[in-house]
This record gives sequence, structure tokens and C-alpha cells, in this order.
Amino acid sequence: AALNDGLRSQVSAALKEGRVTPTELCQRCLALIKSTKFLNAYITVVEESALKQAEESEERYKRGQPLGILDGIPIAVKDNFNTAGIETTCASNMLKGYISPYNATVVQKLLDQGAVLLGKTNLDEFAMGSGSTDGVFGPVRNPWSYSKQYKEKSVPKSHSEDEESNWVITGGSSGGSAAAVSSFTCFAALGSDTGGSTRNPAAHCGVVGLKPTYGLISRHGLIPLVNSMDVPGILTRCVDDAAVLLGSLAGHDPKDSTTIQDDFKPFELPNLTDVSKLSIGIPKEYHAPGLSSEILALWSKAADLFKNAGAKVVEVSLPHTRYSIVCYHVLCTAEVASNMARFDGLEYGHRSGMKDSTESMYAATRREGFNDVVRGRILSGNYFLLKQNYEKYFVKAQKVRRLIANDFVKVFRSGVDILLTPTTLSDAAPYTEFIQEDNRTRSAQDDILTQAANMAGLPAINVPTALSERGLPVGLQFIGRSFQEKQLLTVAKWFEKQVQFPMIQLEEVKRHDSDVFQHQKSASFS
Amino acid sequence: QKVSVEVLEHLEHLALVDFRDLEGVERLQKAIQFADQLQEVSTDGVEPMDSVLEDRCLYLREDDVTEGNCTKELLENAREKVEEYFVAPPGNIPLPKLEERETFLQGS
Repeated sequence: AALNDGLRSQVSAALKEGRVTPTELCQRCLALIKSTKFLNAYITVVEESALKQAEESEERYKRGQPLGILDGIPIAVKDNFNTAGIETTCASNMLKGYISPYNATVVQKLLDQGAVLLGKTNLDEFAMGSGSTDGVFGPVRNPWSYSKQYKEKSVPKSHSEDEESNWVITGGSSGGSAAAVSSFTCFAALGSDTGGSTRNPAAHCGVVGLKPTYGLISRHGLIPLVNSMDVPGILTRCVDDAAVLLGSLAGHDPKDSTTIQDDFKPFELPNLTDVSKLSIGIPKEYHAPGLSSEILALWSKAADLFKNAGAKVVEVSLPHTRYSIVCYHVLCTAEVASNMARFDGLEYGHRSGMKDSTESMYAATRREGFNDVVRGRILSGNYFLLKQNYEKYFVKAQKVRRLIANDFVKVFRSGVDILLTPTTLSDAAPYTEFIQEDNRTRSAQDDILTQAANMAGLPAINVPTALSERGLPVGLQFIGRSFQEKQLLTVAKWFEKQVQFPMIQLEEVKRHDSDVFQHQKSASFS
Repeated sequence: QKVSVEVLEHLEHLALVDFRDLEGVERLQKAIQFADQLQEVSTDGVEPMDSVLEDRCLYLREDDVTEGNCTKELLENAREKVEEYFVAPPGNIPLPKLEERETFLQGS
């Protein structure tokens, strides 16, 4: 089996038949992590425990009793999920050295199915950002920066200066997870999505990024940013794999009272051949200012693809789209102000040496532990929550949120099944260019296409679509109705098959896995 | 309209986070300016939305103790503790006044 194989279709079969062992898979991934260290995708790699898990998995396969499709599969988890006995930092000084005493529910579920946890991935500090550039462990580099496809298209200024200064960002905040999946160091990774944090890096790194419906997957153990919008995100190399992960993670969790109580039935995706009964909505407001002409053309091409295949493609309107970023800005900072209050140095995390008083200790701890972005959001949030501002900002934003959510309800009620939109405004920017604007400005610009789905709690997925002029991935987004992940993923899978997104050609992967490039296959193996 | 020093100081007190420098204050100013765009939207007769799951009932479980006795694990991550207590510096002491604090706002 090759590192780029689809889980359900290839790897699982290979493991069952003994053509490859969990230990081999684990070792290959660990070796690749080492040779792609320059990507800075991982904060912590747990080599010993991963190999032990792989060994245990191997025993189960030998006895003919694997726990399921995920048994023995190497995965990575964003470093804002609690993982028992493993450091969980949220890429912040505030939690450096913090060893989680428990597993987040989603992590526990993966481990219970025999998945092999390789390590924790890098992110923007406390998941605040859209570049994965603002964590204390440094920025994550997009693996595509080192791809043949990108190098061929970049104009070499000088031979040595080229690679070092030309690298592009992964997007964020789940950049580490996206880079890990994109560079084949794991088969799937967990991210989180509050404003687009899973879909944005998925688009830039050419992988599938699924944001499930709010309430479907447990947030217990996911260090919260915005309780009313956060969801765990799933990053994989193909849509079928995302369905496998979803199947193992979704469902009510008594430990998270915001998970719905409905029974969730894992599903296999059908191979859709007839799209004539489908109605695809194209929201005109998603033709946002700053959308690159390349992506606009791709979006249009995709709409035509559906039309030519017999689907009904209609232009729709989500009139409050342009206010979603402002609305998000207020609600997010307000909830952040509340959620970050728990970091006071007393029970866990960084603690300042200040001893004068409790308050001064808290203040000093937070001064030392949080970066500018986090502190800025806490202060803004507190401003919007002041008695004199509460109605004008916080409650107002909550009202606008309802308007945004209602826009979607109206469109879906009019007979549209799925919405098709771009995921990002452009392909990944070079790091040197990205950092010229501050975090808030960038987030405001980049989240515009992904944010509204979080407002309304809807499921959304990024599907890698094509390479840009610069040889970098561009993805398109599908947004579905609440809890209709099966329909959403079925359509996404059909689209994935049509576009045949090219596989990344990475030197490092080539060296490790000689049969990866034997066939010029696409990332989708259905 | 600029935010007054009194409000800035009040925020530092509430948030227990400092502005650090002029950039920090300007960041807040920009954030407020940005948020003011909300006023353009008409929300007459619209109810605030707390949660997208507002139409559902929250799961309430039985009032039974199902886990606990994890004092040792929970104390593991605390820097300062004595027996089963987290140790904090003396409380009920307000932060020093603006003039006495080492904060950027002092200069404004």
C-alpha cells in the first residue's frame, strides 16, 4: 500500500490481508515526519506511544480481529484537543508544559477504534488566525511550497534565495493538520473550525476539509474559542475518508450537552451517477471583493459542470453575507473574552512569579502567557460586553446572526439542496506577503467565504479542485443543510471524481514511498 | 470617537490583560470601528440568536455521580499547591491604581 491510498478502498484492505502492517505504516509516517520537519506541521510527535499502538493493532490484525477500518491508521490531532499524557499547548506560552489529564471525546473515539496517534499539530495561537503563522512554535509551511508543481511555476530570483523566502502559508488556523495530511505524514487529521479554520487550510493545502453540522460531533476536550460556533474538523485526502472519520466521530456525547441526541448512523457514500435531481445554489454575494479571477473562473466552471451533468443550477441570494464577518468579529471576541478567563495560572498552565495579590498574579500570568492577537481579542470582547455596549454590539450581533441563519433557511426551503461557493479568495500567499497585514485584518479578509456556515451551524466541505497559475491548490466549498452530511458528502464525492485533482509531487515523499508515483493517480480513489 | 482612558483602564481591570502599547489601543479602536458597521443592518423585530440549536431541548442526565476522585491528576498541572489545595497569593487586594501600575496607559 502506498501512503497516498484511500482508507476504505485500499489501506484497510491491505492491512487486513497483511500486505502491509500497522507498524510499517507507522514507521513510514514517522520517518516522513522527520524528513519534512521543515514544514513545522507538528508541535509534538509521540513516537514511542505511536509504535506501541501500532504494535497492538498488529496483534489484533494477526488474530483477525481488527476494531474497524481505522485500526492501525496513523492520524494527527490539532494541538487544541486534549490528549491524555501528551502536552497540549494551543501553540501558546500559556499552556506550554500542560499535560492533559484526559482525552477529548473525539480523540478517545479514534483511539478506541485503534487509530494510531502520531502527534499534535501546529496552529495559530489558540486557533485565532487564518494563516497558522501566529503560534509560539512558529509558522507552518505549506507542503506545496516544495512541490514540483509550484517550483516549476515560480520565477527563480536567485537559486538559494528561492526556496527559503518563497514558501507559502498553509492557511489556518488548522494549518499543521492540513500540512500533515497533504504531505502524507498521516492519513487523516483533526482540526477545528470556528470561522473556517479547517476549510481554509484544506483549500490552500489541497486536501478535503469537512466542517460538520454544529451539534453533530462532541466538543468535549476541544479547548474552546467560541462555544456557539466551534466544531471539530476533519481533514483527509479524499471525501470517502472524510465519511469514514465522520462515521467514527459523530453522535451524542453526554459530556457535551451541545451535541444533539438523535441517533447517528455511519454511512458509506454511494457512487452518484445521476445528478439530475440535484439543485445547486450559487450565492451571488460570495462573489466577494478580492476574489481572484482565477477562482471566479473555476467556480463558474464547476457550476457548468453540474449544469452539463443535468443538475439544476440556480443563482440564489444570501443578502446578509457581507455582515457575517462583522457579526462574527463581535460574537467571537465576546465569547473569547469569556473563554480565556479560565487561564489564570492557578490550576494549570503558565503561572507568573508575581506574588503581591491574586489579581496581580492573574494579570501578570496573562500578560506573559498570551500573544498580542489573543490579548487583543480579549480586550475587544470585554469592550463589547460592557454594560453600556451590550445591547449595541453583543445583542445586535446576535440579532444579525439570526438574519444570517435565516438567509440559509430561506434558500434551502426554496428547493436548493447544496450551495456551491469558493473557499478562499485566492491561492496561498507567500509568508513574507501574508505577515504584512495584521492578524485581524487577514482573518476578516480570509474568513469571508467560510464564516457564515459557522454562524448558521451548517455543514460545509472544501474539495480540492485544481491548481492555480502559480501551481498551488485551489478548492471549492459545498454547504449543505443541517445534519445532511450524507447528501453533502455524496455530492462532494461526485465533484471530486469529476475534477481529478492532481497529486502533490514532493521529493521527500518520493524517496520514502517509491510506489507513490508509479501511477499518476488523482487523490480520489473511488 | 476615541475610547477614554477611564474605559481603557476599566477594560484592563476586567480582562486582567494589558494593552501593552499604543498598537494595542489602536487595535481596539479599529475593532470598534469595524464593529460599528453592524448599525447599518435593520434588526427591528428580530430576536437575538444564542444558539443554532435553540429549537432543541438540552440533554439533561440523571443526577448520579459517574466519575471523580481525580484530585491527584487535577493537581498535577498546578504550579503551586499544598496538600489538596491550589495556592494563590493573597486575595481581596485590588490592582494598584493606574498611577502606581506599570502599564502603558499611565503615559496617556
